[in-house]
Amino acid sequence: MADGTSVPIDAIATRRAPARRANAMQRFARRRSTIALLLALPLILLIAGLVVYPAIYAIYLSMLNKRMTHFVGLGNFAFLLKRHTFQLVIFQSCFFAVSAVILKAIIGFILAHLMHNIPSRNQRIWRGLLLVPWVIPLAMSTLGWWWLFDPSYSAFNWILNALGFQSVPWLGETWIARLCVVAVNVWFGTPFFMIMYLAALKSVPDQLYEAAAIDGAGAVQKLFFVTLPMMRNIIAITVLFSLIVTFADFDIVRILTAGGPQDTTHLFATYAFVVGIQSGDIPLGASVSLFMLPILAIAAFFVLRGVNRRSKEIAA
Amino acid sequence: MSSATTTANAVAATRRRHTRSLASQRRWALYGSYAALVVFVIMFLIPPFYTVMTSLKTSAEISAQSGNPWFAHNPTLSNFIELIEMPDFQYFFMNSVMITVVTVVVSMVISVMAAFSLARMGFWGSSTLATGVFLTYLVPASLLFIPLFQILGFLGLINNVWCLALVYPTLAVPFCTWIMIGYFSSIPKELDEAALIDGAGYVQMLLKIFIPVAMPGIIAATIFAFTVSWGAFLYPMAYLYSMDQMVLTVGIISDLVRGDVFQWGKIMAASVLAAAPPVIIYAFLMDYYIAGLTSGATKG
Amino acid sequence: MSQVSIRKVVKSYDGDVQAVKGIDLEIEDHEFVVLVGPSGCGKSTTLRMVAGLEEITDGEIWIGGDIVNDVPPRDRDIAMVFQNYALYPHMSVFDNMAFGLKLRKVPKPEIKQRVDEAARILDIGELLDRKPKALSGGQRQRVAMGRAIVRHPKVFLFDEPLSNLDAKLRVQMRTEIKKVHQTVNTTTVYVTHDQVEAMTLADRVVVMNQGVIEQVGPPQELYHNPGTRFVAGFIGSPAMNFLPCRVQNGAGGLTVRVGDSMVLPVPPARKERYASFKDREMILGLRPEHLYEYHDDSKPGVARVEAPADVVEPMGMETMVHFFVNGIPVCARVDPATHAVPGETLPLSADLNHMHLIEPETGRVV
Repeated sequence: MADGTSVPIDAIATRRAPARRANAMQRFARRRSTIALLLALPLILLIAGLVVYPAIYAIYLSMLNKRMTHFVGLGNFAFLLKRHTFQLVIFQSCFFAVSAVILKAIIGFILAHLMHNIPSRNQRIWRGLLLVPWVIPLAMSTLGWWWLFDPSYSAFNWILNALGFQSVPWLGETWIARLCVVAVNVWFGTPFFMIMYLAALKSVPDQLYEAAAIDGAGAVQKLFFVTLPMMRNIIAITVLFSLIVTFADFDIVRILTAGGPQDTTHLFATYAFVVGIQSGDIPLGASVSLFMLPILAIAAFFVLRGVNRRSKEIAA
Repeated sequence: MSSATTTANAVAATRRRHTRSLASQRRWALYGSYAALVVFVIMFLIPPFYTVMTSLKTSAEISAQSGNPWFAHNPTLSNFIELIEMPDFQYFFMNSVMITVVTVVVSMVISVMAAFSLARMGFWGSSTLATGVFLTYLVPASLLFIPLFQILGFLGLINNVWCLALVYPTLAVPFCTWIMIGYFSSIPKELDEAALIDGAGYVQMLLKIFIPVAMPGIIAATIFAFTVSWGAFLYPMAYLYSMDQMVLTVGIISDLVRGDVFQWGKIMAASVLAAAPPVIIYAFLMDYYIAGLTSGATKG
Repeated sequence: MSQVSIRKVVKSYDGDVQAVKGIDLEIEDHEFVVLVGPSGCGKSTTLRMVAGLEEITDGEIWIGGDIVNDVPPRDRDIAMVFQNYALYPHMSVFDNMAFGLKLRKVPKPEIKQRVDEAARILDIGELLDRKPKALSGGQRQRVAMGRAIVRHPKVFLFDEPLSNLDAKLRVQMRTEIKKVHQTVNTTTVYVTHDQVEAMTLADRVVVMNQGVIEQVGPPQELYHNPGTRFVAGFIGSPAMNFLPCRVQNGAGGLTVRVGDSMVLPVPPARKERYASFKDREMILGLRPEHLYEYHDDSKPGVARVEAPADVVEPMGMETMVHFFVNGIPVCARVDPATHAVPGETLPLSADLNHMHLIEPETGRVV
């Protein structure tokens, strides 16, 4: 810029700059959303190809006949509803999910409170021990349960006999087997409830309890007027989420009873497996699975609402 | 004067008694909590304990049914040694490791990229997609395994262990993405702006700032992906049937349970070996995983 | 060559909410300019537009002779210090400062030399290996500044850099920032809501309010000759007193009448200037420091005023006395040895040589 000649060139260059740069900026902005889309593309493809498409395909499959040669409309669904075995499946799935979730929620809540009572330096080791059921792959731990329930070698029966009681046919009688299946699910799922509730308990500010204590609240009142209202949303989210997972459970029943005795412990998932994969009636199996959809959809709707509310509460 | 001191003493005494009873109440509550926890821990640990005990027994000891079954009277590692030498078991283990590694890597790459895009960059429809990711997480495997069976059939992947590498990410990616969105969103916006001014592009920002800062989240999501793909049962059960294509979870059951002949010692030893990797990982990294899992609930 | 020009710049969100309403500002090379105003006045938005973090809705921003409207931040050759420091938590202090240079592929020895130089200026040489977590607030602030200095940018941008620090540290860092600017002498745009920071740091202060610039000028000029009622009230602490008044012809010439009882003579030097506002409702502005305990020294333009003290606040080197004139709160700054007692009438001197007369319709100081 020191010599006179360069000044006008400089001025021209800067004057021309806006037009050129505007393009550059537009390209920059467009590039930003292009990069964003590219980064999300694998996820979109995965969800579209392996979740959305199969879900729609399942609906299509459920409307075909066994050999998948022609369209039968809602025939499979009507057929299933008339079958006694399937009515038992509906009953057992609901019984299993509801009773297991209620027990998990209650025991998890108690455990979280017990954990909250003890000094935090000791909590880590106890939490580690209590999480063991949840950490072992479910199929593996169910094998252990299966062995514990074995008709001739059951170690539980050994204790009962030693105490002078009769052996119990754990997996051999309908109601005992149903309760055993629930028990294994409760054993597996309770730790999850415990850690969710414990995290929620820890997020309640101590000042609230102190304020309640000064206002004259006792332990029970603190529970009902401070703890539960503060945890309400997390309790709801955890329960609904667990309801979905429990309702759709496969591993426990498949390994423990394979649906027996006399198909009385089948859940939707295990029954769909027997019908669709083992007997090769794909359309009927798909229909069995799809019976879960309305209940799952309702639960999912409320989970989503709970999560959104929770985010707003925390943002506020 | 004496009456004044007695009253004062009495007041002090009641106060002392009062505080003592408060302290002892607290102490008893603590003892009670510990006692209850001990009961729960025992109940929770019965099946794994019994599994380990059985794995240490010989077939003869198991079938003899003499004495207390809760303890191994002549503990031996023969079940483990025989298992490790079994070619089928080697297939299962290698297949499990292979599929898990591939699933974890693929899932983490997909979800970290997507979470960065959804949490920070955004494009048309990205908030809908974030909700969709969460909904996908709520879709259980048992709803989709039959149509996926057909789809894998068309692709010629039935009874091919690699089909699991295709379907497992659907179990891991939604929740991993959800965890990562949470961690990325908690990074202050000024950090991106500082990086932008320092001259970083978006890819550099992701690699050099977001991933290192969100490392606890990455660890949590990785553990989740590992857990899911190591322990999944329904998909391999439905899609695999030859021994050399199976993974641990289904292989143990299909191979060692032949008709009515249950080799319980070996089954239990196999499930100890199959449960070991996740248990070891949790023993070291549990805190990260729990933080990742509960952050969604307590932070939104 | 690193002047910054802001020309008719507008920022609107969603098409209708205007955060910045067409402002013009020329910043000279090496100048230290402070944008000050209440929250929501558009000062931060303006700074972020200069940085390239916000898009410019309309108008032009020039840095060092180039229009930068559409230049991404990385290519604007600027450095910015954020309110919450925005240090990269996983990097050591050295890497935090070196990050921008590494991305620009500056050779390693030069990076080391530049970081060391900045560390020397800021006296953080022994912190270079630490992580931000292990630093105090003041140290983090220094590192954030160091990160800006190493880049040798055309312009430094500061976005309320001191508001996360406690009061004592804030004063200390203020001095530090001034010292750094005297050393490196880079053009600086500094945003704050604290008028004391603005006054102490700036070569020129830009007072913004509701998306427009109220006044630009050196600190002393803003203090003595505020252009608008907003500037008059914003600059100075405690704030200027405002009293509705009426300009009238009185016994000794032009007077200002406040309420029924108080009639104050306009000093001779202002008579001509205020003559045209005779018989109009105006606002009298007088700073607390020009309202002090009465001495009988009959300086021209000083009037005696009496009012019952309401609250007396001793501050150490001075004492604030609050009282009411016609129901409007007024503050006086008196000698700490005052005899003021709440409820008792206190004689005060009002130094009208420093008075301001404000047109209520326009808010203009006449």
